[in-house]
Amino acid sequence: MSEYILEMNHIVKEFSGFRALDDVNLKVKKGEIMAICGENGAGKSTLMNVLSGTYPYGSYSGDIVYNGEVCKFRNLRDSEAKGIVIIHQELALSPYLSIAENVFLGNERKKVNGVIDWTETRKQAQELLKRVGMENENVNVPVNTLGVGKQQLIEIAKALGKKCDLLILDEPTAALNDRESAQLLELMLQLKAQGITCIIISHKLNEISYVADAITIIRDGKSIETLEKGKDDFSEERIIKGMVGRELTNRYPKREDCPIGDVIFEVRNWNVFHPDDANRQMLKDINLQVRAGEVVGLAGLMGAGRTELAMSLFGRSYGQKITGDIFIKGEQVDLKDVRTAIKHRMAYVSEDRKTYGLVLIDSIKFNMTLSALREFFSKRGVVDHNLEKVRSEEYRTKINVKTNTIDQTVGSLSGGNQQKVVLAKWMLTEPDVLILDEPTRGIDVGAKYEIYCVINELAKAGKAVIVISSEMPEIIGTCDRTYVINEGEIAGELKGDEITQEAIMGCIMAHNRKEEVEA
Amino acid sequence: MSNKTSKKATLNMRQYGMMIMLIVVYVFFAILTGGKNLTPMNINNLIMQNGYVVILAVGMLLCVLTGNVDLGVGSVVATCGAVAGTLIVDFGVSTPLAMLAALAVGAAFGVFVGFFVSELEIPPFIVTLATMLMGRGLCYVILKAQTKGPLPASYNWIGTGFLPTIPVGGVDLICLIVAAVISVLIVLGEMKAVATAKKHGLPVAPVWQLILKDAVIIGIVWFFFWKLANYNGIPVVLVLMAILVGIYHFITTNTVAGRQVYAMGGNAKAARLSGINTKRVFFWVYANMGLLAAVAGIVLSARNQSATPKAGDSFEMDAIASCYIGGAATSGGVGTIIGAVVGAFIMGILNNGMSLAGYDTNIQKIVKGMVLLGAVTVDLVSKRKKG
Repeated sequence: MSEYILEMNHIVKEFSGFRALDDVNLKVKKGEIMAICGENGAGKSTLMNVLSGTYPYGSYSGDIVYNGEVCKFRNLRDSEAKGIVIIHQELALSPYLSIAENVFLGNERKKVNGVIDWTETRKQAQELLKRVGMENENVNVPVNTLGVGKQQLIEIAKALGKKCDLLILDEPTAALNDRESAQLLELMLQLKAQGITCIIISHKLNEISYVADAITIIRDGKSIETLEKGKDDFSEERIIKGMVGRELTNRYPKREDCPIGDVIFEVRNWNVFHPDDANRQMLKDINLQVRAGEVVGLAGLMGAGRTELAMSLFGRSYGQKITGDIFIKGEQVDLKDVRTAIKHRMAYVSEDRKTYGLVLIDSIKFNMTLSALREFFSKRGVVDHNLEKVRSEEYRTKINVKTNTIDQTVGSLSGGNQQKVVLAKWMLTEPDVLILDEPTRGIDVGAKYEIYCVINELAKAGKAVIVISSEMPEIIGTCDRTYVINEGEIAGELKGDEITQEAIMGCIMAHNRKEEVEA
Repeated sequence: MSNKTSKKATLNMRQYGMMIMLIVVYVFFAILTGGKNLTPMNINNLIMQNGYVVILAVGMLLCVLTGNVDLGVGSVVATCGAVAGTLIVDFGVSTPLAMLAALAVGAAFGVFVGFFVSELEIPPFIVTLATMLMGRGLCYVILKAQTKGPLPASYNWIGTGFLPTIPVGGVDLICLIVAAVISVLIVLGEMKAVATAKKHGLPVAPVWQLILKDAVIIGIVWFFFWKLANYNGIPVVLVLMAILVGIYHFITTNTVAGRQVYAMGGNAKAARLSGINTKRVFFWVYANMGLLAAVAGIVLSARNQSATPKAGDSFEMDAIASCYIGGAATSGGVGTIIGAVVGAFIMGILNNGMSLAGYDTNIQKIVKGMVLLGAVTVDLVSKRKKG
């Protein structure tokens, strides 16, 4: 038998004339961790859908050889029967069902008469949780009470509950914080030790370098190369070069002749309580200042309270019992709702563009002008359609949304292009203060670079820009100054060259210790 | 020559699918009934019988755009008619005052629903299910379960009256003038649209297609008004309907308020973070529905020349079905006023045609159900294939 558990040969997949996959080859050795890298839209997910039978045999050309046998999967069930399990980026858990029920969803433990065997379900669920390092969890609690990190682990437990020889993980760490990600990667290595083969798709290249035995790079629907551990260079620069087809010497464009002016945005003694629990203080005595032309970061771990801070500032969109003062251009303002915040030239680009940023069923034009409609695109409540077309066309070209027409629905755009539409939407409100919450989450290297360029343009135009990011290199690469937030408090402030991963983590650690001492 | 001017596009037939269906259904019944539904009187009846459903469908579309429905409109229709009827018959109140009172009652219902839906965030399905029951009960109480009538001619005029006519050889000249004006407007509008598109370098459909499309529309307009000219002229209901449809079409397509309804229906969370006061939008959509239900209530009681406790029974379902047949999405954010109006007329023509062909109302319900299911299925399945 060959050393390969899986060979995909000359896979071609077309969507109404468009070649999503063009002669892709992928060879995965038994028991290794194979990473697939590529920009958004390169064809990674399409390839995995071909493999799992989501695109049935016949809708693509080429061969899938699994365990030495040519496979013709008609659907997901066929591939699962062979031991191929795929875990998608969007988790497929039923929120109100218990852990045990979710682990065996679609794969129920039954007695001979077809009735669910609850004792067996719970017992086996407990064993599976142990395998993913969650032995202390109660299998009877509903999964929506758990964090995303744990839910991801439950997905893996669910996969292990089936016959699973080849596990495919699509962006498993996208929504996880650093600690949870590290835990997940360790788990992958453990599974490898148990003989399970893994395919991982991820944009986080440092994780890939750490965990993968081989990396296959896909660009524009073609498999470009396969790098092997020990033989090839596994550095991030090397992987990026393969992905974009050229050396990307600087991932963060330099900001030149961008003078920093006066303080135009200031927050004093900002306190916010949890929206559902009036006694739980989420943010405590936050003080911050941002100058015109300055890019200021809000660094911290996920759950530190950065999004909560941004949303509470932006028209009190989060929390209750909010106290504190906001000054814009030296003038104290009461931003009682989102409209008022927009009127005072403030903008907030949400971390979750699909839920909070865009109306996916509507066009680029519709979305771009949505926030500025009343103020800039209408007279006495009547919309000026021509101005709308002209301005959205202008922004489409300006920030390079890759599409032919502004009438295209945003739901059909890639993540990077969607993010650009959200940015354009807020730029059209002509803000002085912008808060960008995870502006490059889940988008590819090329589009990230373009978004950094937009941030630079905004700073040059004299705006105050606040960037929230969980990726520390991004904070280091884009910000003049950064606040470190931890447990709803400002744990430190770093400037220029002081901003390093070590320094940020140092602030967080020191703050945690202080909290412990006080408690 | 620049490349831009040579850009061609073909007319999107899907856009006219419902209109074509309307014509097909009409022609089908013309054949089935041996031309009975083509008579001037029947054309007139079609308008008078469906006026209130169209008015309700216009308001309902806004509710449907938010991803919800209003189940209470049938009861509000009856209650408003009952209020006007009782005031006139029992208390001798003048017609305009009685109509105002009916409108106020409808608006009050709307505000009531709007308050619960927006401020207290109770699901509209529940709130309007409650107004459906409450409204019907209230109507029976007001009328003491009896029919109130007859109503005076001044009141009935809005449901049964006609605009003044200028008969020339048995044909009303006003109708023909209106038809001519509409034809000219259609042609001018098309020319302006083509000019704007060319100016911006946007694709334009081939000229023959545009001419064919406009010829068909103008043909229908002339057919329609010629029939009316041969009867009693233009019904008041038609004017009322045209004004309301025009206003709401303009609101949904050309105003910030309209855009906000679509944005909220498409993604309420994103709309809220874009500065749209979704509570206020929700409130006004339902308050407006109450007001339009009152208008429909007046028209219905005027046409019946009396207020009856059973009036408007299941009208909410007709209005909701009209919206969905007209291409609105149950999830919200998708749909047009014109679509809803066409949907209402498809239902109306079905009812009318089957009555003329001698099928009873029970059969009519079966067919209407099938048409609703069929239209939505075809719409969704074809979208899925395309997407």
